[in-house]
Amino acid sequence: MTVSAQFSTSPLPGSGRPQLRIVIVGHVDHGKSTLVGRLLHETGSLPDGKFDALKAASERRGMPFEWSFLLDALQTERDQGITIDTTQIRFRARSRDIVLIDAPGHTEFLRNMITGAAQADGAVLIIDALEGVRDQTRRHGYLLHLLGVKQVAVVVNKMDKVGFDATRFEAIRDEIATHLTGLGVEPLAVIPISARDGDGVAAFTDRIGWYRGPTVIDAFERFRTARALDDHPLRLPVQAIYKFDDRRIIAGRVEAGHLAVGDDIVIMPAGKKARIKSIEGWSVTSAPEAIGAGQSVGITLDRELFVERGDIIAHGGTAPASVRRLRVRLFWLHENSLAPRASVVVRIGVMQVRAVVESIEKAIDPGDLAATEQQEIERNHVGEIELVLSQPVAADRYVDSPPTGRLVIEVDGRIAGGGLILSAQADERMQPRDIVPVSSSLGADERAERFHHRGAVVWFTGLPGSGKSTLALALEQRLFRGGGSPILLDGDTMRTGLNGDLGFAPEDRSENVRRLAEVASHLAHSGHIAIVAAVSPFLKDRAEARRIAQAHFREVYVATPGDVCESRDPKGHYAKARAGEIRGFTGITGDYQPPDDAELRIDTSSAEVAASAEQIEQMLRHTGILLDLKK
Amino acid sequence: MESLVLDRPAATVPTMRHLDELEAQSIYILREAFARLKKLALLWSLGKDSNVMIWLAQKAFFGHVPFPALHVDTGKKFAEMYAFRDRYAKEWNLDLRIEPCPPIDAVDPTLPPAARSAARKTEGLKLALAKYGFDGLIAGIRRDEEATRAKERVFSPRGVEGGWNVRDQPPEFWDQFNASPPPGAHLRIHPILHWTEADIWAYTQRENIPIIPLYLARDGKRYRSLGDADITHPVASNASNIAEILIELNDSKVPERAGRALDHETEDAFERLRAAGYL
Repeated sequence: MTVSAQFSTSPLPGSGRPQLRIVIVGHVDHGKSTLVGRLLHETGSLPDGKFDALKAASERRGMPFEWSFLLDALQTERDQGITIDTTQIRFRARSRDIVLIDAPGHTEFLRNMITGAAQADGAVLIIDALEGVRDQTRRHGYLLHLLGVKQVAVVVNKMDKVGFDATRFEAIRDEIATHLTGLGVEPLAVIPISARDGDGVAAFTDRIGWYRGPTVIDAFERFRTARALDDHPLRLPVQAIYKFDDRRIIAGRVEAGHLAVGDDIVIMPAGKKARIKSIEGWSVTSAPEAIGAGQSVGITLDRELFVERGDIIAHGGTAPASVRRLRVRLFWLHENSLAPRASVVVRIGVMQVRAVVESIEKAIDPGDLAATEQQEIERNHVGEIELVLSQPVAADRYVDSPPTGRLVIEVDGRIAGGGLILSAQADERMQPRDIVPVSSSLGADERAERFHHRGAVVWFTGLPGSGKSTLALALEQRLFRGGGSPILLDGDTMRTGLNGDLGFAPEDRSENVRRLAEVASHLAHSGHIAIVAAVSPFLKDRAEARRIAQAHFREVYVATPGDVCESRDPKGHYAKARAGEIRGFTGITGDYQPPDDAELRIDTSSAEVAASAEQIEQMLRHTGILLDLKK
Repeated sequence: MESLVLDRPAATVPTMRHLDELEAQSIYILREAFARLKKLALLWSLGKDSNVMIWLAQKAFFGHVPFPALHVDTGKKFAEMYAFRDRYAKEWNLDLRIEPCPPIDAVDPTLPPAARSAARKTEGLKLALAKYGFDGLIAGIRRDEEATRAKERVFSPRGVEGGWNVRDQPPEFWDQFNASPPPGAHLRIHPILHWTEADIWAYTQRENIPIIPLYLARDGKRYRSLGDADITHPVASNASNIAEILIELNDSKVPERAGRALDHETEDAFERLRAAGYL
């Protein structure tokens, strides 16, 4: 079904009547177009004479009339009186306006089905009485559950093809009801219909005299329309902080609950506390004093706090947890399977964070009844995964707060899957006891104004001799001459003092990296750009460094080929390692694990130092560290 | 311009609540675009839809429009449109960039005449993109306007050539948008995709947003949609204010773009234009 129409025969859209968005899903050729055509006819939504004209035309050509012709005709005649669109049809039921959303039945268009279904308040799942429950029926049922569409009416179509056999209907009803109930979706009704002949769509007929439930139109009246989550705990994810004038406005949309001027709030995941000073607005004579779920707002706080995009503002006592480890039920749409240990980008609301897939369980094809569990989640399959985030974030379980309890995974900047948070474990990082950290009285903004940059940790990793120190020195010079405040932390240099007690065993290397990261992170917090040059060969150590430095972290992979590094051998180490004088030397007798998610990759065998330093500056500019002075 | 201050709505208009929801969603989209893209511009066609969009941007950013308003000028707009542009660019404190279109000879000669004329605008847009290197263009299209626009995403990727591949659109759900165009490509952002024509008018009325007087009936005719003067025609109407427009829309069976010649030349003209980067 690719056609739909907006009929202007009805009173104005949204004229005080509730609007209900319904998606029609199911296996291909189970009769979606026919049902839509029939619904338009039964609700008097078609232009006068349209139906009769088409019927006459079919008879003239000696063809049986098909309801789907109606949709084709509407599309080709869209210029002659009806506005047509290909994804949504609007029409009026008794007490509400219905928007029908098209969802393609073909497997290859599953991403379009998801895009359509995610906007719906409820769904109609259509099943051919002759063919029964098919793989796409089950798959769509499963996805409705994952998309959070909890209201589902099932129609068993083409009852005329099975002689209106009640036994056949009951068998299908029981099978699909069991399937949906197993997913936690209680079907609102299972309705026997013949969309072609009209039985069960708007009226009962003798042929389904044995059926006692609602018609399709009745079922539409039973769906609940979308309701803002006013009665949930407050969740205001921070979209941005604006300083267009002398106000410092925190902007975002209230996803759940409500807030008012004077409320005491807590900013998660850091747990900072403040009070709401004002609600800001434009073009309104007086800004509101209180605001509820669904509204896009701007607020100011009674004190200057470091707040950033992705933080969640909540009320104390009902705040979301600060979490690092999540269990997620996921559907996967990318052509490459999702495998354990995959490094991915996760987005929870507006929060973006890197994560590693620690484990995968229950990976199956939700369409296949006999499916066996797999190690990876294939395209259009589902599974449960354990994610470890690179830094703590504020998040909820889906059941507690849907908007902040679901996430998407991006691959190459494109949404590749989505899932619901089943459980979340709090940040594991040890909370220091009896220690009262002293915060600087200087604000991040104040420092940024002085240095023309924000604090950062630029982390150079690569083989010995790859050119890390050379690039680090060049970058330090450039930043300093530009009025910035770079501070170099060279791995070898730091080993002469702070890290003098450490060797080169893997656990010593980890501790070396951790200390460098802690120092660098502290400098970044104070507005400086800490430039770290260290081999740091292991992925997990660098992931830990990223976690410590959080949003400040920028990784530069100096990817000079090993043979070039060895030919340079600035410190004579390769020669010694070859001679067996140094053991565990990275590149010769020790492994180097290259990053696949560095912010920048530079090969110094083919790039000039100056050009590379320029490239690093550009990356820092694009990722919000170096600030443009043009304004 | 006094006539632009309109009476308050009659009874049958989209409700407060409904308009509030539309507004909140559009503001959310605009803020996401501003947070996630580096070099944005808003395409200002001077029509009712893009004026609503500028209004929404001022709400989203508390009285500021923090990106340029780009007018790709065919040079063939109505005089009233240019007057409107010059007045409100100042009043709304816009960073207005006016970009011309190439001559008609530079455009695909196999397109029908009006489509060819509209395709000039696409070429002008491509030149502006190349000149400024925008990675995001905010455009005021709506799903209910036209069949191919209904298939759009809110964040819609465009190829390096500006083309739109309708068959390979990324998934978009839970207000999660794909905001990472590959180098050289850009995104179209559609903050009012979910609005209808009636919503636009009801909101324009509620917020007292200025409009070009051509939308209101004079001598039994008014413009429902404004494009180039030579390929846009008025429709028969007696609606002399927005309340009357809303009542007229209620009774009308004529689609909004009926007065836009380019939609009616051949079945696929519009789709071809969009695939090539037309709005």
